[in-house]
Amino acid sequence: MRRLLFSMPALLLAAPAMAADLNVTVQIPQLDVAEYHRPYTAVWIEREDHTVAAQLAVWYAQKESKEGAGTKWLPELRQWWRRGGRDLQMPVDGVSGATRPAGDQKLSFHEGRAPLGALPAGKYELVVEAAREVGGREVVRVPFTWPASAPQQLDAKGSSELGAVKLDLAP
Amino acid sequence: MKRSLKWSALALAMTLPLAAQAHKMWMVPSATNVSGADPWVTVDAAVSNDLFYADHMPVQTDRVIVTAPDGQTAKVENAFTGQYRSVFDVHLTQPGTYKIAAVNGGLFASYEVDGQKRRWRGEPANFAKDIPAGAKNVEVSESISRVETFVTNGKPSDAALKPSGKGLELVPVTAFTDLAAGEPATFQLLLDGKPAAGLKVSAIAGETRYRNAQEEIDVTTGKDGKFSLNWPHAGMYWVNTSTQDDKTSLKPAKQRRLSYSATLEVLPQ
Repeated sequence: MRRLLFSMPALLLAAPAMAADLNVTVQIPQLDVAEYHRPYTAVWIEREDHTVAAQLAVWYAQKESKEGAGTKWLPELRQWWRRGGRDLQMPVDGVSGATRPAGDQKLSFHEGRAPLGALPAGKYELVVEAAREVGGREVVRVPFTWPASAPQQLDAKGSSELGAVKLDLAP
Repeated sequence: MKRSLKWSALALAMTLPLAAQAHKMWMVPSATNVSGADPWVTVDAAVSNDLFYADHMPVQTDRVIVTAPDGQTAKVENAFTGQYRSVFDVHLTQPGTYKIAAVNGGLFASYEVDGQKRRWRGEPANFAKDIPAGAKNVEVSESISRVETFVTNGKPSDAALKPSGKGLELVPVTAFTDLAAGEPATFQLLLDGKPAAGLKVSAIAGETRYRNAQEEIDVTTGKDGKFSLNWPHAGMYWVNTSTQDDKTSLKPAKQRRLSYSATLEVLPQ
């Protein structure tokens, strides 16, 4: 028991060295509009040639409504849809989920584990796209190099449908 | 009066290749990218001057052929023809790209009787009977025109886009339903199934009514029939080309007029 307790901090310390982390914060802005709907949002990583390296998150209305199931409106996330959204069979474990309310939405991904998987060293862009029923649409891109040699904090800012998008890289 | 007006409008539409400023025949789908197990789109089809503003005459829906992703013909549903436009629905029961085409063909003649110009359009079998014996300056041409648009359910596919090998047709290099402003798109133009070299292709964005110029984008096809378009902004675009030759298949036509138009949606980045 003593031995185990002793080795645990060592394990925790060792963890970052074995698997790099990628933490994303997506700020969904508080909008003062007459008719508010939560945005459909997609988060993914693009290679330099714009192909998808990893699908990280898709938030959409999960329930059937009189206007059809939420999947009907997924093509409104236009860039995501053509970059690979249409290749996915919804729902996707660990990727798709319900729409999120206004505020900072935090996501954590680990090298080697789904949905990030193994990301070969290279240049990438984190892409966040949001589209809102009777609202607007916006795409925010954060370029980054993988893996980071030191902890790195990158960000970009949307102007309407997305607030700050932060990307924390841990080597 | 109204009847003859309509008639001349149709004649104009048929001679579109020779009168670039004349009426444009078009189909506009309510969506070009759809998803889910049971999506529908609704399509407007009309002939007009302004894109895509129905103010002239409808396209006959019995000319519309929908090709499903498996290559089979799909049903045109809930077709309705009004004064200025036709409307119909397409139920996209399969994943992949659907082609929606209005194909017109037939004989077209112009002639003079007692110094008055007349036009005639119809079936070859009726030609001899319909044209008066004393007609002068009879000019007969065969026409083939295709007006198309495309809708993709999920991932784009190619089976429905196989050319028929007759007349002018467009095949994608960039997927028809995968177009975005700022990204050049490449297509190939075919004439009777072979690359159509050196033809002028023009693209005009819709909403012409709300700007003062057509803002036509003109390109010429290469030896391989290929051409590229740079979309200046997002929107529904009408891509058109036409030509003529003497490879007629119907008697007594001496020349053949061919035209092709497609409505393509370009999305913002």
